[in-house]
Amino acid sequence: MSESTPQTHIHISVQTDDFDLAAEYTQARQQSANPGAIVCFCGLVRDVLAGQEQAAAQQTLTLEHYPGMTENALMDIATQAADRWPLHAIRIIHRVGTLSPTEQIVLVVTSSAHRSAAFESAEFIMDYLKTSAPFWKKQVAGAKSEWVASRESDYRAAARWSAPD
Amino acid sequence: MLTIQYFASIREALGQSSEQLLLPEGISTVAELTQHLALRGQHWMMLDDNTQVLIAVNQRVADRSAILHGDEEVAFFPPMTGG
Repeated sequence: MSESTPQTHIHISVQTDDFDLAAEYTQARQQSANPGAIVCFCGLVRDVLAGQEQAAAQQTLTLEHYPGMTENALMDIATQAADRWPLHAIRIIHRVGTLSPTEQIVLVVTSSAHRSAAFESAEFIMDYLKTSAPFWKKQVAGAKSEWVASRESDYRAAARWSAPD
Repeated sequence: MLTIQYFASIREALGQSSEQLLLPEGISTVAELTQHLALRGQHWMMLDDNTQVLIAVNQRVADRSAILHGDEEVAFFPPMTGG
């Protein structure tokens, strides 16, 4: 039995406001005809001083982005995922502005008939988002502030999706 | 008129987030534009660093060989760190 590739509902949002995981899951579920699997990934702000004297209250993470290009880059990544896997819905929410440890920062929801497509596409979207969507993090801890450096491991994670099988 | 935008650590080092620039005579690629901007000295020379400075032309990541006609939006920024 062949399954036709569904039309993928894509939702992209770059926002300062927090998001409601349950509401996003419900949206993806309602937009999907006969979904068999929905994967929700949430990224949170880590407490980088965990275990040290300095309280988490003194830490913030500020996200800067390139308005316009950011939304286009996220749409590009979602479109690539929709071309590659049979997905009913994709929801990507990325917060910007100043956040505190334990706050939600990014959400990816993928909905498909089968779990492997939902899992793989969510991971693909996160891997690409980290290296090709124009966001920059600045970590402030007490009196110290620094821009977060990009990580080689993030580039390797993104590159594996284009490696030949 | 070119619109040039600077983001994150580059914006902070240069002390400005954007500028309008009439494409100087004889400049037709991003590489030539960065060399031109680097002539301003000090922090501006960092724009010539291929590994630490990425470039977008009209909101798409571009190579330094990208052609400029003079009405583009060019952006300089460090490697991305979202997610």
